[in-house]
Amino acid sequence: MISIWTIARKELSDSLRNRWLVAIALVFATLALGIAWFGAAASGQVGYASTPATIASLASLGIFLIPLIALLLAYDAIVGEEEGGTLLLLMTYPLSRSQLLLGKFLGHGFTLALATLIGFGVAGIAIAVLVEGISVAVLAAGMLQFIVSTILLGWGFIALAYVVSVRVSEKSIAAGLALAIWFFFVLVFDLVLLGVLVASEGKLSSDLLPWLLMLNPTDIYRLLNIVAFSETSQLSGVLSLGSDLPIGAAGMWCGLVLWFAVPLGVALLLFKNRRI
Amino acid sequence: MSCFHLENVSYRYAKTPVLRGVDLRLEPGEILGLFGHNGAGKTTCIKLILGLMQPAEGQISVLGGVPGDPQVTRHIGYLPENVMFYPQLTGREILSHFARLKGVSLGQVEELLGQVGLADAMDTRVKTYSKGMRQRLGLAQALLGKPKLLMLDEPTVGLDPVATADLYRLLRRLRDEGTGIVLCSHVLPGVEPYIDRAAILTEGALQAVGDLPSLRRQANMAITLTLEPEGSFSDLEKAVNEASASVGLTTSDASQPGVNADKGVLRVDVRPAEKMPLIRALLASGEVRDMNVHQPGLEDIYMHFIGSGGLAHRGGAQ
Repeated sequence: MISIWTIARKELSDSLRNRWLVAIALVFATLALGIAWFGAAASGQVGYASTPATIASLASLGIFLIPLIALLLAYDAIVGEEEGGTLLLLMTYPLSRSQLLLGKFLGHGFTLALATLIGFGVAGIAIAVLVEGISVAVLAAGMLQFIVSTILLGWGFIALAYVVSVRVSEKSIAAGLALAIWFFFVLVFDLVLLGVLVASEGKLSSDLLPWLLMLNPTDIYRLLNIVAFSETSQLSGVLSLGSDLPIGAAGMWCGLVLWFAVPLGVALLLFKNRRI
Repeated sequence: MSCFHLENVSYRYAKTPVLRGVDLRLEPGEILGLFGHNGAGKTTCIKLILGLMQPAEGQISVLGGVPGDPQVTRHIGYLPENVMFYPQLTGREILSHFARLKGVSLGQVEELLGQVGLADAMDTRVKTYSKGMRQRLGLAQALLGKPKLLMLDEPTVGLDPVATADLYRLLRRLRDEGTGIVLCSHVLPGVEPYIDRAAILTEGALQAVGDLPSLRRQANMAITLTLEPEGSFSDLEKAVNEASASVGLTTSDASQPGVNADKGVLRVDVRPAEKMPLIRALLASGEVRDMNVHQPGLEDIYMHFIGSGGLAHRGGAQ
């Protein structure tokens, strides 16, 4: 347990040292405040639109940004240590492979969680203080749910990055594959799903289709943050499938948790069988 | 309790044998030199002892336990070949990190850094370190927690002669305190005075193990006598021929490869068993003013067992 914490502590202090944590938090805070202030620009005025609209906009941006940041943070976790020549040395210490990977996850996960909490938390407080006549309770509840789901989404992609990192032998390959993962889940998946929907001409079982959304953590995230706050009529594209999901919010939260637990388990398993 | 004990250990990588039936053990308070050509299996041996890999066949016990068990690993210090560290951290930060991982008190960090001569550089980032400084940091890392088994792969690479001498002095002190030490090196003359036993590996098989005298006996290699004439050179040659004949040496003629003249001295190669009789006969002849006896060194023994020509004819002055 102490060795897991030692590894986590080093990762955390690394991300403080290279200013990753500060940079991510700043980006989040700037984004959140920008969206809050110019959220109503589409309707021709500058100002705070509404809490659900703000969170929906934040989530739409988060879908692009969070996976990218998480993948960048974590893609070299193991392969970087190997290329740097420290993996072999670490493995001669009283430290198991799972302890090393879990320590890394703790460190990276905590970095991302802290940056998210600080970045969006500060923005949330600023909105609460500066916007007149806002319902703080609604904002706080919405922000809390948004932040927690953002952290879970980030953890999912950290774990996916580990699956790559424990498998490949070069950092550049890991970076390429990490980008491919981002591309697939963020851009390609929905297009493919839409294509399947159109091509099948309704022949696919309509009970099955909504479940396909659960295969993509970014879709779960989007559903959680947009469905929860909007009327279903606002949903567009494949997201409209989400309203047919019979599992409700709790199921979606479970989905997000599974999306970091399962890849993490896979990464642990792959790492155990890796040659050093 | 042995530091480690390999019994008939074999290891294969992608069906190619890397180690074949290796038997080797190391007792506390002993320095073992592990030698072999590139790819002979030295690093594989070390990795098996560290528990990084499992042998295909055979038994390995380390410090009375199983290799790779955290309770065992805690008492092993290891310096890998070409040791590398996190470039963005300082020497002190890196050593503290490894001390925490090993469960060792952080008080040792500064002391060890001083011991390897990094006291002035401990708060600068490792990316500014020279190769020798990185090597010293690697050494400090291996010494964390006063290991009972210390394995050093090419520890003197990048070290200047003074630092090398310091290192060997340190190793000797640790040995006297009961640490078992494995030393892999290609600088054979450098390690020769410091090792208690040598193990020579070729192509995954152990060719020879033992202390230097026993390896010399095993190799049965020629000993070179360098003789300076008292009077004329030809008288000395004659005396050598007579002496050789009287002890029944086969290489009795100055024209034969075992004897050759060079810069006014005569070199004679003799088998270990023939050495003393020949010397006695030569001294009795009164033609020898000075004599130098050269025993085959570790490098010669190594060459003999590796089998690359050996020293059937070794001309250079020693």
